[in-house]
Amino acid sequence: MSRISLSNLLQMAQQGRWPYILTLAHVLLGALLVYISPRSNIAFLLLISSLGTLYVLKTDNRFKIVLGLFIALVVMPIVGVRNIFYLEIIFQISVFVALALGLNIVVGFAGLLNLGYVAFYAVGAYLWAFFGSQQYYVLPFAPGTQPTDLPFLLPGDAFYLFLLLAIIVAAITGILLGLPVLRLRGDYLAIVTLGFGEVIRQLANNLDKPLNFTNGPQGITPIQRPTLPQFAVDAFNKVFQDIVGRPVETATLYNVMFYLLALIVILVIIIVTIRLEDSKIGRAWTAIREDETAAVAMGVPLVRLKLTAFAVGASFAGVMGALMAASRTFVSPESFSFMQSIGVLSMVILGGVGSIPGVILGAATVTILNLQVLQGLSLYLSQLRQSDAVIPIINFAWRDLSTQLDPAKYQRLLFGIILIIMMIFRPAGIIPAQRRQRELASETSDDK
Amino acid sequence: MQRSLRTFQIEEVLRPLGQMLVFSLASSIILSLFVILLAFLFQNTAIGADVTRRFGVSLMNYTLLNLPQVLMDGLTLGFVYAAIALGYTMVYGVLEFINFAHSEIFAIGAFVGVELLIAFQAYGLIGGQNSLLSAYWWLLIALLAGMLVAGTMAVLVERIAYRPLRGAPRLVPLISAIGVSFFLQDAIRLIESVTTGQFHRIMPTFGNFDNRIPLFTIGGNTVDIQIKSLIVMVAAIIMLVGLNYLVNATKVGKAIRAVAQDRPTASLMGIDVNRIISMTFLIGGTLGGAAGVLYALKFTRIDPFVGFFPGLKAFTAAVLGGIGNLTGALLGGIVLGMLETFAGTYMSIFTMGVAGAEYKDIFAFGILILVLIFRPQGLMGENVSQKA
Repeated sequence: MSRISLSNLLQMAQQGRWPYILTLAHVLLGALLVYISPRSNIAFLLLISSLGTLYVLKTDNRFKIVLGLFIALVVMPIVGVRNIFYLEIIFQISVFVALALGLNIVVGFAGLLNLGYVAFYAVGAYLWAFFGSQQYYVLPFAPGTQPTDLPFLLPGDAFYLFLLLAIIVAAITGILLGLPVLRLRGDYLAIVTLGFGEVIRQLANNLDKPLNFTNGPQGITPIQRPTLPQFAVDAFNKVFQDIVGRPVETATLYNVMFYLLALIVILVIIIVTIRLEDSKIGRAWTAIREDETAAVAMGVPLVRLKLTAFAVGASFAGVMGALMAASRTFVSPESFSFMQSIGVLSMVILGGVGSIPGVILGAATVTILNLQVLQGLSLYLSQLRQSDAVIPIINFAWRDLSTQLDPAKYQRLLFGIILIIMMIFRPAGIIPAQRRQRELASETSDDK
Repeated sequence: MQRSLRTFQIEEVLRPLGQMLVFSLASSIILSLFVILLAFLFQNTAIGADVTRRFGVSLMNYTLLNLPQVLMDGLTLGFVYAAIALGYTMVYGVLEFINFAHSEIFAIGAFVGVELLIAFQAYGLIGGQNSLLSAYWWLLIALLAGMLVAGTMAVLVERIAYRPLRGAPRLVPLISAIGVSFFLQDAIRLIESVTTGQFHRIMPTFGNFDNRIPLFTIGGNTVDIQIKSLIVMVAAIIMLVGLNYLVNATKVGKAIRAVAQDRPTASLMGIDVNRIISMTFLIGGTLGGAAGVLYALKFTRIDPFVGFFPGLKAFTAAVLGGIGNLTGALLGGIVLGMLETFAGTYMSIFTMGVAGAEYKDIFAFGILILVLIFRPQGLMGENVSQKA
């Protein structure tokens, strides 16, 4: 006779046919709920979390891949064109997953704390922003004084080339930053990278004179997107029009296109990261992280590998930057503040330093908290503020609540709490890295 | 050489005063000579012509006329940086980690002081008909309150967010400190904005702090100093001397130095290490809080993120002087404050308006990177016996 407890239930869910049934049920329920009520946040969270179920439960790998592809390529686009906000969130999540995976290489694998990581993202974004807009012809004009009929420098389809260029340029930036500072110890490195991040932001802010490279605080807009061929729109409508319920316009389909592009980039990044993790380079990074002196004694070329870590991490951010610039058609220095760097860091820390599934989970969680939960709360509070409701005992009318109390603005509080709590109670993160688990296991056995 | 700790050691007061004087004079003279040299070199080039066209004076005259004011401002800023830098350097000396939250401790000090003064103003205690002397007393009260709260906060932060992590890998407390810094920024903002709807505060104007005292006249141009700059300088000097005395000539200071040098051995000698670490945070936080109030007095407007740049620059100053070294922090603060003010004033002239004061933050980071590349131990880093 077994007691019914959570762990027993979890064990049962991993046996026989149960994983398949549960996963399918979760996915279908999520998809159905979102389809029925396209505005519900809870339904959407249910759908997103089904990917987690798919990952956790023990099912056949082929089943996982097929179902995952089904969710990514069929369910999401349909749901997304019905409520564009969902696609936006998914796109944001993919951007931050890429950034977090890149930072994970630097912090998690090589153990170099980079606090200015968002600078590489900015490099990628501004690269395409400059070449993919009219900015080249705006060079001699001060911000706000340029004529409106300037031509574009490059056709929109050059974007694909610039995705590659963004990788290269960001990697070179990473190496250039790395070269002088790699001799420094961990905490000094953190400060210097922080400074570097601020320098890049300030440059973006101030390089509107003597030649107007970045258009200053106003940012560059419009930035071109790659063209979406008409036959793709027609094909999408032919297949999905009945399910969506109405023909989909090109503008909406652009969001689907960027979602798919982001998905491809993420897939490539994940594959690269997984291949790197247990490769010769990955093991050398771990060696450097654990003990630099010992690593050098073992013949690990320290400088070259640290530079590789910087370059690889930077390139992930660079490519996402270019993608973001094209998707938004707008970049401004505000998007690259120190807070963004810390946000990405808290994603990595929350999920698990050095753990790929952990980092993905961390990025998704923090982004959803940021975009859905905090904003949902803000909305709820502003509704309360407009109502006549009064908190009973202390006799406080919601209407008197300060309009400054807007949870969506308090991201720093969220990031700060995540960082402190994780460091004190679970420094290895929600899903600890497997290598780290092995290390922890051997450490505790040594102690005994 | 056993000297009793109970007697007052006058040389421990005179030595830091002398050091400050030497550092201030040396950096003033070197930087002044440097810009005068630059002005001399570029006098007859396009840069000189540009200045003449814009301001109607020759480049050399422009440089010389601005110089005294720049030196005054630079010194004021330098002493503020030095007071913050001491907090970083003390904690680094004892725990070997960068206390990221120190810039928020600074901001807390500033807010407590300003809020208190705003409250005084609301009750009609300051401003208007009251005597000048009482204005100074109220300012002193605000300063002490800021110091008290900031010091307490620093101890609390150490107790909650750093002490559980003692012995963890290096990056762990660092990340926790970044978390504390972010948390405090928004906590201040939350409190301030919920109470009044705005999250920035303006220092109330009272007393005669905005008046200027004329010092001397050069070529028909009066050089003067604002009273509040003078207050900032005097207060900072008193604090710096006091700290130096505390660390070098008292029993607690000896314990702090012992813990900084070798924690296990200090513990074996009967020193309560945790208490000393709390003490270090208390002292560092107190200084940071005082610097916050002084900063608010000088720059008037504060917001919850006010600590970020001064904090970073103070850290730069600590590294510049050699982190963990009290005298180094003093030197670093003065040099950095001077450099920044010089850059802010003269960069725009010598680059013909291309790169002006907006680049002065970048300038500080550039210095930090250069120092770390060429002399990671800082200007006075080798002097280990001074480490505190």
